Amino acid sequence: MKRIPVARIAVTIFFIGLLATPAFMRWRLAQRTLAAHTSLDPQQALARHGFYLQEVSHAAGIDFVHQAPTLDSKLDPIMPEVASMGASVSIVDFDRDGWPDIYVTNSKEGSRNHLYRNMHDGTFKDVAEEMGVADVNQPGTGVSMGAVWGDYDNDGYEDLFLYKWGKPELFHNDHGKGFTHVTAQAGLPAWINANTAVWFDYDGDGLLDLFVGGYYPEDVDLWHLKNTRMMPDSFEYAKNGGRKYLFHNLGNGNFEEVSARMGINSRRWALAAGAADLRGTGHQDLFVANDYGVSELYLNDGKRFHEAGEQAGVGFAPKSGMNVAFGDVLNDGHYAVYVSNISENGALIQGNNLWVPKEDSAAKTVSYDNLARDMGVELGGWSFGAQFGDLNNDGTLDLYLTNGYVSLDRNRSYWYDFTKIAGGNSAIIGDAKDWPAMEGRSLSGYQQKHVWLNDGTGHFVDVAQAVGVTDTYDGRAVALADLWNRGVLDVIVANERGPLLLYKNTVAPGNHWIEFDLRGTASNRSAIGASIELNWNEQKQLQAICGGCGFSAENGRRLHFGLGKDPHIEKGVIHWPSGKVQTLDALTPDKIYTIEEPK
Amino acid sequence: MSQPTTRPQPTESANKPLFRGWTPTSSSMNPYIPPAFITLILLVGHLSFGILESYQRTILAIASSMACELVLGRLLLHKWPNLASSYITGISVGILLRAPGYWPYVVCALLSITSKYVLRVKGRHIFNPSNFGISAMLFLASDAVATLSIQWGNNLAAMAVIWVLGSLIIWRARRFHICVTYVASFFLFSIVRAWMTGDPWLSEFSPITGPEYQLFTFFMITDPKTTVRAKWAQCVVAFFVAFAEMFFRLDQSIYAPLYALFFVGPIALLIEMVWTARHPVSRPAAIPAQA
Repeated sequence: MKRIPVARIAVTIFFIGLLATPAFMRWRLAQRTLAAHTSLDPQQALARHGFYLQEVSHAAGIDFVHQAPTLDSKLDPIMPEVASMGASVSIVDFDRDGWPDIYVTNSKEGSRNHLYRNMHDGTFKDVAEEMGVADVNQPGTGVSMGAVWGDYDNDGYEDLFLYKWGKPELFHNDHGKGFTHVTAQAGLPAWINANTAVWFDYDGDGLLDLFVGGYYPEDVDLWHLKNTRMMPDSFEYAKNGGRKYLFHNLGNGNFEEVSARMGINSRRWALAAGAADLRGTGHQDLFVANDYGVSELYLNDGKRFHEAGEQAGVGFAPKSGMNVAFGDVLNDGHYAVYVSNISENGALIQGNNLWVPKEDSAAKTVSYDNLARDMGVELGGWSFGAQFGDLNNDGTLDLYLTNGYVSLDRNRSYWYDFTKIAGGNSAIIGDAKDWPAMEGRSLSGYQQKHVWLNDGTGHFVDVAQAVGVTDTYDGRAVALADLWNRGVLDVIVANERGPLLLYKNTVAPGNHWIEFDLRGTASNRSAIGASIELNWNEQKQLQAICGGCGFSAENGRRLHFGLGKDPHIEKGVIHWPSGKVQTLDALTPDKIYTIEEPK
Repeated sequence: MSQPTTRPQPTESANKPLFRGWTPTSSSMNPYIPPAFITLILLVGHLSFGILESYQRTILAIASSMACELVLGRLLLHKWPNLASSYITGISVGILLRAPGYWPYVVCALLSITSKYVLRVKGRHIFNPSNFGISAMLFLASDAVATLSIQWGNNLAAMAVIWVLGSLIIWRARRFHICVTYVASFFLFSIVRAWMTGDPWLSEFSPITGPEYQLFTFFMITDPKTTVRAKWAQCVVAFFVAFAEMFFRLDQSIYAPLYALFFVGPIALLIEMVWTARHPVSRPAAIPAQA
């Protein structure tokens, strides 16, 4: 008879415990993220985390502020949300002086893009006008969304492909002395509303090919809308976006569009893409992160592509993909893929994806697990660009993520209205006139960035604030590069309607590094697609040169490896896109190696 | 909170069990149709659109819910309970809750089922289990969970199939009037809201075309165990759920329908209990406690 009351008491206590569980989980998370909210103390940051970052753009002579476009007035009620991309950054040594330069895009009609030449003294000088790559946002031609560099004619100088919501532009680099506009000769389409492009040699013929991912359909002119039915027809299952292009480099300055023939046929809303040999087959696979839908993984068998996102596990749950970055996060010789999405407390928790290949993945059937939560890199707000790089030279790859969508009125949020419309029928969500006016409200604005340090045991810890990353701009693109040839990775961040930020890195003495500047001969001259597996102190790490990755970004061409303390380098093995394998012995830390592909 | 009671004899309006957790309303209705229907929604939604975060999370929610029901039923009622309603609770949690982690699915399922045994008045649980669990998680763990709101096809054909099938089933269960009243009320208040806010009417009407409302309309507001008995009163309650929802929406609450039911449902039941106590002869028998 007494069992029931006792049992009831026990059940009630259990019930109260359940109600208290979320508070306990939040407390646990707060403990893990404590370091992220500590203000910068340089000495403490060096001692605890091995590095700190200082924002030095003004001192470096850069005072660039991105300007957003003003689209058709029919979109005025939701203009801040629609005209919310275009800030990009790509790193290139355009004049081959051995010092990385910076190209940034602007997006207001008539605004200028900037090409910052590295002056070797800690400063940069804008030379875009004199080089002929500034005035590229003329009304009627669309506005810049991003840029990728690749030496498409193998003359030794990096050429520029500019993708826009508008007319795509190809510029030939005239030996670092200027650029020639060669779009017409190249045979590119008249208009693409693109938000991503990647240079890569998909067929291994030694010539760089070009992938371009459309966002809005190519028949939409955002400045002269025929109607307002140009929005995605679903928040997570939309297939009414822009088409995809694969331009095969014919070698004579012309490109042939071969996407359908090569197996790429999608109208999802592409926001980011990256190419890498994900299976060790010698062929570059293509990973596309789509907004309003699932990611796509195009496996390259050397003859054509096969979309295998669902089989691989990355194309199953639809989210809002906005980034593709590759990194050997476990130092096991395999690339993980980081795809950013949206997380907003109380509204939408998609979580970012860190796709880590399964151990038993066979070359033909690569498959992934999402370990973002387990490894601590899942929640990043309204996430955009992210890049892997060893920021403290400890021998493991860290992750820098920027975020924030629309920062307007701090005290008024558009999220409620956003979810109201986003869950509706396609006939409603697909028409911009049905969307409530933003009226100056923010949408995931003023967000804190994330700098996740890899502790080497499969966990990342956020140290953003503690190492000096305190900005809350609406971040879009992140690029990493050793800007001043010091053996450390600096961080360059492009913000929508905000300043370009240069975070200069200071790394604690004692951690060593090594860098490789690769030049192809049989392979494309840019060596895009070449990888190095570096073996040291009985560990290894794999890195490759990307022709565009992250979100609207391109990292420095040089591959940077942190080595930690007392490194003994056993060897480095280069896999060139041509198929050649080159082994490097007798490598010494703290040096930049320039390696040319053996002929 | 009182001790769960055993199921009393059927009344004139409660003939044979439809399935455990639902008041029987029609002897011709197969008791397993509602669980089968929600399973169908799950499978069609997932195979067509991949609505689930993962199979594992949904299975975890279902397993947690059913296991909790078994344990608590055995512990408190000394019998093995029918698991149909806990299956529906688990599957509702699995579909409606969106969380990258696993723990919210377990905690939400356990909260939902446990609430039936803890939050009771005169032997009757007053909260819809899954509504309670999900609302509690949204309120207490907003940093870790959201609900299904956009993870669906936004597709008219898929929506129409579910509405037609759901309507047929609910019609057979003699609860269609609740759905109709709620949808009509939502329609009415969407016009009122659009007039008050100046937003396009379609943006105010838009939410009900989404997946969250399909589950809410067919499986939450019609749950016999947590709705009042009289047909006219059920319509009044459905109207007031939509009415309360309007105020939550005007306050820009994303989870307005869930919170509206969270408050209106128990209040309606309590009023009914008081009314029944004062007019014992004129009212039908109280709904039995859910095991």
